[in-house]
Amino acid sequence: MSDFDHPLKKYFRNGINYKTCPGCGNGIISASILRAIDSSGKDFDSFAFVSGIGCSGWIPSPFYNTDVLHVTHGRAIAAATGLKLALPEINVMVIAGDGDTGAIGGNHLIHGARRNINITVITVNNRIYGMTGGQAAPTTPRFSPTSSSPFGTIERPFDLCRIVEAAGGTFVARWTTFHTRQLSATIRKALDHKGFSFIEVLSQCPVHYGKIEGMRGNAPAMMEQLRDNTYVWKPDTVKNDKIPVGIFVHEMGIPEMTSEIERLRIKAGYHE
Amino acid sequence: MIHINSEACKGCGICISMCPSNVLTFSDEFNSTGFRYPVVKNSDSCTGCGNCMVYCPDFAIVVKNDEE
Amino acid sequence: MGNLACAEGALAAGCQFYAGYPITPASEIMQHMSGRIFQEGGTFLQTEDEIAAMASVIGASWGGAKAMTATCGPGISLMQENIGLAVMTETPCVIVNVQRGGPSTGSTGLSSQGDLFQVKYGSQGDYPVIAIAPSSPQEMYEHTIWAFNKSEKYRTPVFVLSDRLVGHMSESVDFYLPEDINIENRKIREKYDGPGQEMFLSPEGVAPMPVFGRGLKAHVTGSSHYPDGSRNVADAELMDYIIKTLKNKIERSLKDISLTEKEYMEDAEIAVVSWGSTFRSCLSAVKDCRSMGLPAGSFRPVTVWPFPENEIREISEKVKTIIVCENNMGQLYHMVRSAALDKAKVVFLPPEKLGTLIKPARIVEKVREAL
Repeated sequence: MSDFDHPLKKYFRNGINYKTCPGCGNGIISASILRAIDSSGKDFDSFAFVSGIGCSGWIPSPFYNTDVLHVTHGRAIAAATGLKLALPEINVMVIAGDGDTGAIGGNHLIHGARRNINITVITVNNRIYGMTGGQAAPTTPRFSPTSSSPFGTIERPFDLCRIVEAAGGTFVARWTTFHTRQLSATIRKALDHKGFSFIEVLSQCPVHYGKIEGMRGNAPAMMEQLRDNTYVWKPDTVKNDKIPVGIFVHEMGIPEMTSEIERLRIKAGYHE
Repeated sequence: MIHINSEACKGCGICISMCPSNVLTFSDEFNSTGFRYPVVKNSDSCTGCGNCMVYCPDFAIVVKNDEE
Repeated sequence: MGNLACAEGALAAGCQFYAGYPITPASEIMQHMSGRIFQEGGTFLQTEDEIAAMASVIGASWGGAKAMTATCGPGISLMQENIGLAVMTETPCVIVNVQRGGPSTGSTGLSSQGDLFQVKYGSQGDYPVIAIAPSSPQEMYEHTIWAFNKSEKYRTPVFVLSDRLVGHMSESVDFYLPEDINIENRKIREKYDGPGQEMFLSPEGVAPMPVFGRGLKAHVTGSSHYPDGSRNVADAELMDYIIKTLKNKIERSLKDISLTEKEYMEDAEIAVVSWGSTFRSCLSAVKDCRSMGLPAGSFRPVTVWPFPENEIREISEKVKTIIVCENNMGQLYHMVRSAALDKAKVVFLPPEKLGTLIKPARIVEKVREAL
């Protein structure tokens, strides 16, 4: 034990002590986010985090030492929209899980993308509802035995990135906890993107999802699996069975909502 | 070069598996919360790549490369 | 019309953010705001549903804006979870409910007063709200300004509990000059005072709000939390403190919040109690009674929540009968009955047909019956 400080400690309110399960991907994603912010040089006070209900909602709440708004399940993007419209100059980042974003919050996800509101949404996709005891999520692969599907899930899972792309998302990306460095670099790009940025991060839930894979408690094995079951997508890649990761959409020049609101004010005759 | 906060560790083993140079292994002792934590077994092999630091979910490892 | 007066009242109070979803009979508020608020430099957002409307109102309020939404009963039902969030996080906001016939999709073409309990008890758990019930377009204007002021002062959601009769009523409305309007603004925390700073649940007053974007490092959560915003979902002492403190924040300011109107009550033997749209028929009926020599009086809770328990108790000690007149199956009636504590007889009087305007003659007849 030595008297050193983790370089990211300055971003935490009261020391770093995530109460996550051993091996949970949350901490890796949190570090990726903070490294991206750190390297951007932007003042942490210029950030506001809005998080949902579920384990990933606990990434910024209550740990990050800046403005954090922890709302009801599924409504983070809606609350973030209101916050960004009232304070367009701050960087608004939403951190929520796959259930929060893709199930109960699905409607707000597609409308956020459609509006091209300038926020960055990080969806931690562990393909399960972890906090409530391992129930099936809309991202859980078919035939998975979960605590709410003892005979196996029968529904097909969502591809959240394709949904956001179809809804008009102008920055759409996916990485995994294995790809932590690429994730950080992509978050940097997303922060600079003037529009709705969506980054899905496949993550390990060693306790609940690990059980389905026969890897309960084995985070290293789950991360190796994330590495082996994904491939880095490029525009000319031939589709294969693995899950594509990378930046799928990075469209600039699409009207962004806060700028459009400003334009409407001028059109309505408002003078400051 | 590698500073390990053994008390913050939850024994997940990610650092050990992510190390490309086989530098780390699990300790024999437990920390106060009952987890085995990483200890350096091959310090000469360490390249300072920082994987252990970057992948630790508990921010329990710091790699400093500005030392001798 | 009443709805337009409401929107103008909001703008006069300094509303800078409107989010809403179309619903009969409240859509006129949204439509009027969709043009006017831009003229005032604000933001209008038509959301994908009422849930998003309430969520974005909360987000905007934490961004420093005076924020509101307007809807009807079905929309309030959808907003309930986030109404609870606004109460728990002490977020100033105004919610207008232009009630219509229910239940469910109900009768869009008819009015009702079926949401009295919904605005107070519709979300989970025990919590206080403030609700004011206008009875005219003029009051739609004035009460909306009042609602913003109280929501800012007490960091709480405030309901403007209107209905179709009042929302779609057309009468002339006097607007005030800006210099004649009393505007209250939330107290904002001046500086960051470290992780333990008080941001919520002040035991004596209202904690200054750590509005976002000012380096105040606010932590806002709907989970049970300490005054510094940190979470603890397992501490009974804390939960007890939270529920009682939120309640006391409103209750200890009853003098400031509770508005009532009395007419002809000094020597009344029969009290006619009404709120919102039924008030006008009741006052008219009481005047008719008096001209016939019948000792009736009118009592109106202008603010229906918090309910003026003490005043009802005082009345119950002086009168023989209290007639509660409302356009539903009995909601304020139950509150009056329990406050009257059997000291006076309490009688419920809805319109002959629910959803319609109650005729003063019907009220006069009931007064006669009671004597």
